[in-house]
Amino acid sequence: MNTELITQVAAFIWQEADMLDHGEYAQWLESWTPDGLYIVPIDPEQTDFANTLNYAYDNAEMREKRVARLGSGESISTSPVPRTVRDVSRFRVLSNDGTHVTVRCAQNLREFRKDVLKHYTADVSFELVRSGGSFLIRRKVVRLINSTDTLQGIGYIL
Amino acid sequence: MTNKTDAQQALTLGDRVQADRVHTSLYTDPAIFEQEMDKVFSSTWVWVAHASEIPEAGSYKNTYIGVQPVIVVRDRKQKVHVLLNRCRHRAATVCEGKKGKTNSFVCPYHGWSYSLDGALRGVPHPESYADQLEKGELGLVSLRVEEYAGMIFATMKNDIEPLVDYLGPAKKWMGLFMKQGAGYPIKVAGEHRFRFPGNWKIQLENTTDAYHFPLVHKSFLSSVDKQTEEMLDFVGGSGYVEDLGNGHSVMVMIPQLIDLEENLDAPIPARFAELAEQLRAEGHADQEVRRIVRAVGGSGFNLNIFPNIACSMAFFRVLQPISVNETEIHHAVITMDGGPQAANQARLRLHEHFQGPMGFGTPDDSEAWERVQKGAGAGKDLWIMLNRGLAGEKPTPDGRASDVSAETGMRAAYQQWKKLMTA
Repeated sequence: MNTELITQVAAFIWQEADMLDHGEYAQWLESWTPDGLYIVPIDPEQTDFANTLNYAYDNAEMREKRVARLGSGESISTSPVPRTVRDVSRFRVLSNDGTHVTVRCAQNLREFRKDVLKHYTADVSFELVRSGGSFLIRRKVVRLINSTDTLQGIGYIL
Repeated sequence: MTNKTDAQQALTLGDRVQADRVHTSLYTDPAIFEQEMDKVFSSTWVWVAHASEIPEAGSYKNTYIGVQPVIVVRDRKQKVHVLLNRCRHRAATVCEGKKGKTNSFVCPYHGWSYSLDGALRGVPHPESYADQLEKGELGLVSLRVEEYAGMIFATMKNDIEPLVDYLGPAKKWMGLFMKQGAGYPIKVAGEHRFRFPGNWKIQLENTTDAYHFPLVHKSFLSSVDKQTEEMLDFVGGSGYVEDLGNGHSVMVMIPQLIDLEENLDAPIPARFAELAEQLRAEGHADQEVRRIVRAVGGSGFNLNIFPNIACSMAFFRVLQPISVNETEIHHAVITMDGGPQAANQARLRLHEHFQGPMGFGTPDDSEAWERVQKGAGAGKDLWIMLNRGLAGEKPTPDGRASDVSAETGMRAAYQQWKKLMTA
């Protein structure tokens, strides 16, 4: 088992998780390749995301818009801003060709906003591209385990 | 039971719906909710499915009429049945899962099996009944079903008027809405489902409420191009709301987008320039490109069909009451069945942009509705004001109309509510 690689990808993914929990969105936007896609599907078995309905299917333009909305103060569902803390663990490298690394991991996120504490559990897949001693995200797919259930507003980035 | 004040006790149900206001207890009283399940949802036509959701023989969808679980299923002869999802033996549901395909319904508890039309087919170990089981009397309870423009409705009230009479002038708007297939059949291609802690009528009102749009959806408007933002700046514009009778209403926000097959020579909006280019490159003729692109953007109106379905610009809004202070909403995306992939992708992305728990619109609506329910906990004797646009309301051939941000559609729905609840 390549523990050195797991340590590298875990460090990168933990950094991303920390950015999102602390609202460092400008830096988060820079963590992507220009063709990167951030996807939150509905159907847990789906692989053709472009031709199906998702919760989010963000290219670079939509990621920027999403970030702008979260910080704009124009949206009553994100003012006050939800507080989140996420744990990411159970990293497994699925493929590695020296340039691209595909990683699957578990994410448990707690959200508190107004008077409600919520819990979202997800399987998260990353396709990472090596870049300057670190990585950029080419694809992040967040499969919520309750994605087919009725959900309430998610006013942050999973 | 809730503690009612003396003033509330004195009000009859009919008193609680006035021409220009409704009583707060319509949002908060569990006893009224119980009555609604019977007198509204069990006494009128209720939308259950779009035909594309059960495309083939054996296709089924599980849904609810009010709070009662029902199965919508297409049999081998393509006839649609709506069956109570309850085994006639000891009541277990005979079908689970949102959608699927089956040959029969088999109860998991004791194995009673039913055919797709609900008839009781087999009972394991029948000898104990000594040939006295009336199988013909023990089929799944089958409801009256009628369909118009691909929309399937069912009713528990057998002697109700035909669906087409119930829909009345709403039929014309359903026909216009289906033009967003651009010549292809309309297909429901998934949905966003969410719940909010509030009464179902708060959502019913919202589909005919233009007034909230610039405020609640400010963050959405900031995320679209200038041209789209201007198009959506309809409050104060030349649109209108029309009461179509039987609780139905239409809110026309963008009059130039009433008929998607007209004005095909109008310039293609900048946001669709790339899509138009792609369609041309795929070999679609100019008129066809214009027709498809115009359909992708959706209709310029919301049609509210009482009590639980709306044809809302580019999607179906389905409303499902859960309890007096909880409601489930489905926003079903519409695509062109067999249409150009690029056009359907554009529709999916537009839907994701506004709708769903991570959309730029729905969560803000949901927050506003939640706050309505919370606020309705204060001042139990106060009223919900619905008098906006009343002064300018004028008769039309189909009903009555007023300006685009008038509460005419809400008044229409509550008058139908009153008619059913006091019948």
